[in-house]
Amino acid sequence: MDLGLVAQYTMNGLMLGMMYALVAVGFTLFFGVLDVIKFSHGDVLTVGAFTALASFIGLQSIGLTSDAVELLAMLVAAIGAMALLGALIARAFILPLRSAPALNTLLITLMLGTVLREAVRLFYPDGANPKPFPRLLPADSINIGNFNLRLDNAILLTAGALVIVGLQLLLNRTKLGLAIRAVAQDEETAKTMGVNFNAIVLITFAIGSALAAFAGLINGLYYNEINFGIGLYLGVVGFSAAIIGGLGSIYGAILGGFLFAGLQTIGAVALPFASAYKDVFAFAVVIALMAWRPTGLIPEKLSERV
Amino acid sequence: MALSGNDGRRSLLPGAAAVVLVTVFLIVLLRVENQKAIIALLALGIGAVIAANRLGLLKPVARSFSEREDALGLLAIGATLAIGAVFHEDHFVLLLVCTVVLYTVATLGLSVQFGYAGVLNFAGASFFGIGAYAAAVLNQHTAIPHLLVLLIGGLMAALAGSLLLLPVLRTRGHYAAVVTIAFALLFKTFLEVNDVLGGPQGLQVRGMTILGWSFNENIEIGGIELSFYLNYFAMSMMILVLAFVVVRRLERSWIGLNLDALRLDETAAGCFGLNIVRWKVTAFLLGNFLIGVAGTLHGMVVGFVQPNNYTFADSLVLVSILLLGGIGNPWGVAVATVIVVIVPEKLQVIQEYRFLLYAALVVVVLLFRPEGLLPRPVRRYFSGWQP
Repeated sequence: MDLGLVAQYTMNGLMLGMMYALVAVGFTLFFGVLDVIKFSHGDVLTVGAFTALASFIGLQSIGLTSDAVELLAMLVAAIGAMALLGALIARAFILPLRSAPALNTLLITLMLGTVLREAVRLFYPDGANPKPFPRLLPADSINIGNFNLRLDNAILLTAGALVIVGLQLLLNRTKLGLAIRAVAQDEETAKTMGVNFNAIVLITFAIGSALAAFAGLINGLYYNEINFGIGLYLGVVGFSAAIIGGLGSIYGAILGGFLFAGLQTIGAVALPFASAYKDVFAFAVVIALMAWRPTGLIPEKLSERV
Repeated sequence: MALSGNDGRRSLLPGAAAVVLVTVFLIVLLRVENQKAIIALLALGIGAVIAANRLGLLKPVARSFSEREDALGLLAIGATLAIGAVFHEDHFVLLLVCTVVLYTVATLGLSVQFGYAGVLNFAGASFFGIGAYAAAVLNQHTAIPHLLVLLIGGLMAALAGSLLLLPVLRTRGHYAAVVTIAFALLFKTFLEVNDVLGGPQGLQVRGMTILGWSFNENIEIGGIELSFYLNYFAMSMMILVLAFVVVRRLERSWIGLNLDALRLDETAAGCFGLNIVRWKVTAFLLGNFLIGVAGTLHGMVVGFVQPNNYTFADSLVLVSILLLGGIGNPWGVAVATVIVVIVPEKLQVIQEYRFLLYAALVVVVLLFRPEGLLPRPVRRYFSGWQP
């Protein structure tokens, strides 16, 4: 196989991995502060992408045509709205179930995700069909042999990387990040040190959901199409990625995201069966990985308290 | 029975009355076609249940179900058969009733996994589908007797489940959930891209034939034409009764006690010498077998299989039935299946919105009545014993 094609596949794999990692990081953040899985995360992504699309259409209808302004507005609208939605879900559905079994939280968020997804399908105008997503980034490309580097992909990839680095800095270098890490490590002690537990939980859910909205926007700009099902798929993939990486570890989530994308790419191009089987292959490897490392590649450092 | 005759009759009465009332209500509901009348009926039903609860009429019913379960079970079978008899020539209603019966079998399987052993399974519809696809392939290409196909379908589902055993056993909690969720997605994608199994279009399933008796032909007795679905209805009922008895006996036996201990505290159960791996494997495979058998027969009833019938969303519907009914209570599961399957079919207005409504309903149940509509009663160690 020639080098250009390899570079092309790598680029596509990186793009996918970036989206998966952004979603997986959300799962890991939520698990960190509350020890819960919020399964509606993927569908928050869908709602985010549709919010962005709706605000684009809104801006078009009032006659605005500058790509940059539109993009900025979509970004602000999607991220702001989803941060709010994420905090709301935590407030209304996850915090009240804190003393219930973990299964109940998993189920309530799964069902909440279904409600969001179905609401988009039924109530967004013609929401059952795929919607074209505007092409707002410059589509110039550079050809190097067989490798075709598109400028918009490069921008998306860089933006994703910057967001992840920014999150890392937020968690490790700011007072808010310190509080989040404290709550994740030991809720009781964090409370006695004067951390406002509820506020930190809500802020963490807002941050995670904002990341999902960002991933939804990247997804829309990359494929130029969104549908009501993207969130379910990205949610499950992101959850799998967070799990194979090891819940509670940001690096694990990022590793898991890129690993899953890598598996899909390998399944599509390098293995001796039809590329349609790439998801079958990737999920089979996920199941096998769970058998090998039941608590993920980077396990939580806590031992079980009996 | 330690109860004297008079006492026994008195404790039987509330349960029997409840079964009769529900049956009459269901017959009327299934008969009525007018949408407004259906809405009125459903409102009446909900109102009646709430009123009965307020007046304290449901307590004696629950009591009589826990004291005289065998007699009431027979009565419930009779009531279901009566529904079948009333609609003996109505294809659509009988198909609906068959679906309810087979979904109940499948959710009983899930109930063994979730409710007793505490093993998560978010791929119920996939195992259901494995049975249905087994029926499609075996009926088409082999001459295996169809009763045996039912068995093989169940075994295939259990076999597919056994592939997941290692990860299911080694993982816990959220990590365990991802294994079956990944399987559910893997299975649907596999069906869609596999041309041998018909791809997205799916396959036709040949109807059941036992000893030359074709299930897909209408029955004629003395000039009365009966719907061919009655064959399937009888078959489904037999499977349901068998499955129900097995699950109930299992729950009440020492195996059920072991499973309960395992679910409530795995570590403590292990410390007391219970073989955790053995019971988890038993529950997981038995559950998948039941789901598989139900799926096999359902495939033959419906006549075709396609990947879109066995998605992750369908698995979630099965889990919602379980939660709605009350995890671990077979009677609750049966009631919840009736609600979840029949209401959207009858009420055309909500057909489009059914996934949304199920999901919202489960969210409400989890928030306000997390133990389900009919919570699992406390185990009765002796007959006549009251907690």
